[in-house]
Amino acid sequence: MTATPGVLAETLARPVPVVPPMPSNARRNLLTLLTLAVVFALAARVIELRPLELARDAGNIAVFLKGYLQPSFAHIGEYAWQCVVTACIALWGTLLAVTVSIPLGLLGARNLAPHPLIYMGARRVMDLLRAVNEFVFALMFVTAVGLGPFAGMLALGLHTGGVLGKLLSETVEAIDPGQVEGVAAAGASRLHVISFGVIPQVLPNFLSYILLRFESDIRSASVIGMVGGGGIGFYLWDTIRAFNDREAATVILLIVLMVMAVDVVSSRIRRAAI
Amino acid sequence: MRVPISPVVSLDEVSKVFGGKRALDAVCATIHPGQFVAIVGPSGAGKTTLLRCLAAATTATSGAVRFGSIDVGTLTGAALRQHRAQVGMIYQQFNLVRRLSVMENVLVGRLGHLHGWRWWAALARRFDAAERATALRGLEHVGLLEKVWRRADTLSGGEQQRVAIAKILAQSPQVILADEPVASLDVVNGRLVMDTLRRVASASGLTVVATLHHVEYARGYADRVLGLRDGRLVFNGPPTELGDDALAAVFGEYPPPLDLEADLAAAESAA
Repeated sequence: MTATPGVLAETLARPVPVVPPMPSNARRNLLTLLTLAVVFALAARVIELRPLELARDAGNIAVFLKGYLQPSFAHIGEYAWQCVVTACIALWGTLLAVTVSIPLGLLGARNLAPHPLIYMGARRVMDLLRAVNEFVFALMFVTAVGLGPFAGMLALGLHTGGVLGKLLSETVEAIDPGQVEGVAAAGASRLHVISFGVIPQVLPNFLSYILLRFESDIRSASVIGMVGGGGIGFYLWDTIRAFNDREAATVILLIVLMVMAVDVVSSRIRRAAI
Repeated sequence: MRVPISPVVSLDEVSKVFGGKRALDAVCATIHPGQFVAIVGPSGAGKTTLLRCLAAATTATSGAVRFGSIDVGTLTGAALRQHRAQVGMIYQQFNLVRRLSVMENVLVGRLGHLHGWRWWAALARRFDAAERATALRGLEHVGLLEKVWRRADTLSGGEQQRVAIAKILAQSPQVILADEPVASLDVVNGRLVMDTLRRVASASGLTVVATLHHVEYARGYADRVLGLRDGRLVFNGPPTELGDDALAAVFGEYPPPLDLEADLAAAESAA
């Protein structure tokens, strides 16, 4: 319209309006920095942080490293087989975790739980499973079912079940309620509402979480043998503790290769799934 | 498809209070079987609340909503699900499951009618030939057979709303409740959806209750108009009686029609 250029020119020609000064955070920021510095300094005393010793003991470290630079291939067949065992622990551990997480995750979602008490119960069970480290579970299961991969798989499954359940419940709580209402309004039962209105919405994310946790389970399974949970971890512990550096180097190399391979494959599948 | 017989829907002194605010104030009305009823009124007048009371999605604070002799406010559990199966819902945002196919979304309409092994099979989204045939007939009726295997979220808004109508055909309810069915659609698709709804209703003698904030749609499609203002029923009659006085009663000062040329002239004389 004809009036606009005049209004625009007049607006821009006006004197600069006076406003109060911008509130400054400088004091608060300085205080935060100082507090953090004090906390970290105290924590350094507690953990006996002495970086200079790294330089002083460089000679010892060099001797140590020499062994690791010459991996021994004398027992590589046995180690490779133990890597397969490790992968199998992770596979079944993840499957157990998925089985545990589905009921917990659905009942622990505020928008699906049939009763607040059930919601609270499911939440607390998941908290417990996540709070107890898989190594602690492994120590318990070794006592219960004996040394070996079965104990490790149970330990991984329970801990990861808590983690996946928590992720699933949070995914369920974030779904679009309109799509759920559209199913419920047709007179569908609660289970049908889950099958039609909830699962299609959470499936891509849940699959992605399962694969992420499988990658993490491979890493956990590779050390769970240290506490008797089976797999390559036992050999890792045995060779390091015996200062059998050349053997330990082989074991670590195999673990790194396995973890890398699984990560590559799993991330490919994850990208394809979404 | 069987011919459903709609019950008489009656509203008896229905009030709904939300935290001290009266969303509905002693609304009384009787809706006869086969009528196409439009609920009109300004934003916040209680149109959606009234529809939600009819759908048993919320319970009236006092008074009763009756379908035949059933007081829907008292229903719970299996009886509530059975009531929902008899009431077809249409939403402004369509409320289809976006990641499921058009076919699966139409089959959702069958979920309230399944028994025995069919009930269990549906948990895995499996349906027998008869259920699938019902769904396909519904899709054919709304003219979307060629989109049957498409994912719901790949369809346009108008198409999604027609899928929702096909879902209701598969459900074969006794009453259709539509909450702003065309508010998210352009004029052409809005007309198409309203035409389809009207045809479905009159062909099977179904009662339709729709909230519509465009009075023109109410005039064009409804047999009867309920006008709400501040939760009170201020108009109840055929659309032919919805004159300027009635509109003023429902909407208050009805704004004069747009006159762009006059506005331009006024702006220029001011400058």
